[in-house]
Amino acid sequence: MSLHKPYKDIPGTVIFDAEQSRLGYWLNQFCMSLMKADNRARFKADERAYLDEWAMTEEQKQAVLDRDLNRCIALGGNIYFLAKIGATDGKSFQQMAGSMTGMSEEEYRDMMLAGGRSAEGNRKLGEDGDAQAHRQPQGKAGQAKTGDKH
Amino acid sequence: MARITASVYTSHVPAIGAALDLGKAQEPYWQPVFAGYDYGKQWIKQQKPDVIFLVYNDHATAFSLDFIPTFAIGTAAEFQPADEGWGPRPVPVVKGHPELAAHIAQSVIQDDFDLTIVNKMDVDHGLTVPLSLMFGEQDPQQGAWPCAVIPFAVNVVQYPVPSGRRCFQLGQAIRRAVESFGGDLNVQIWGTGGMSHQLQGPRAGLINREWDNAFLDRLIADPAELAQMPHIDYVREAGSEGIELVMWLIARGAMADVAGGPAPEVKQRFYHVPASNTAVGHLILENKQ
Repeated sequence: MSLHKPYKDIPGTVIFDAEQSRLGYWLNQFCMSLMKADNRARFKADERAYLDEWAMTEEQKQAVLDRDLNRCIALGGNIYFLAKIGATDGKSFQQMAGSMTGMSEEEYRDMMLAGGRSAEGNRKLGEDGDAQAHRQPQGKAGQAKTGDKH
Repeated sequence: MARITASVYTSHVPAIGAALDLGKAQEPYWQPVFAGYDYGKQWIKQQKPDVIFLVYNDHATAFSLDFIPTFAIGTAAEFQPADEGWGPRPVPVVKGHPELAAHIAQSVIQDDFDLTIVNKMDVDHGLTVPLSLMFGEQDPQQGAWPCAVIPFAVNVVQYPVPSGRRCFQLGQAIRRAVESFGGDLNVQIWGTGGMSHQLQGPRAGLINREWDNAFLDRLIADPAELAQMPHIDYVREAGSEGIELVMWLIARGAMADVAGGPAPEVKQRFYHVPASNTAVGHLILENKQ
């Protein structure tokens, strides 16, 4: 019997389930290690060398080096674990969340002040909300892209 | 006997703790958030609970991926505020209530809820931010939280998380456990987390004011029916991290009306957008004496 995973059709969202957790085990445990100040210092001194101490895939290591949180999540990372990287970099949760949308920090903050992102068009794949794949990146970065096209 | 006199519900946004700790509470961005808790701060001074049974979730702090307990009860005498990567919050140590916690663990496990018993753990913002909101700032060394706290951590990080139905039933078992404790204690149960928010992916920043307010309506008036709502509705409508709201159903299940008593009195209801990435919701429900 296959497992019931009704959450696969939500745009811009990866649900951290047992399968993702299995894929991301070492990535997330690496993140966890950054809760210790000594480890943060060693990671900052030589990120590549520190990552090489962990049984992560090359893709996962590269995603961390690039600070590509969407990629980290696709490869099994969970945001609460990945937040330890942000803390090491001195980033707030809002800066981290915003970085995954393509918006600038200011654009994302303004969106939240205006009441946040609407669920309209963002409930299911195939709708036309701003979190859908065909509307990335968001904000000015996306407008610039559209501008090039026309 | 010990009795549950009231339930308190609140979001536990980490940025709220940071705003308090960095002295930003009076800034225009934060002032409306804290104003929503002015009533609760006065109310709880009069209520004087002996123990708070505090339902929250750990955010990759005490629990890494090494083990992932679905329901974990803190039975220790004290719990240290955790260093989540930004340094520990400057708040007092959290004093537990080992006797009541052990009693609840035994009762609830015999009632078919297989809890994990935790005798040593640090507590993160999920637990300390609600305490700060309701009790105000406390000096980490000279100050103290005014009552004992039993931490009750629920896995809402890795799917599948417990269903709303299971959480609601667990609340009922906790009520039975508290009422069978010999000591005369005024116990409150708090449900924390939520409301709508999503912290990941291109859909980050999702807020659903209408859905959140309907959730509050249903939590007050018809929690048994609300408890039937499947996970997918939370995720689709309130964001991937909005799933934390299942924890509110544990607290709601412990109220007297669910066991055939009178409906609780709504002492406070508050809703505000935003606090960082999140919609803030807060309710106080008091059992009639």
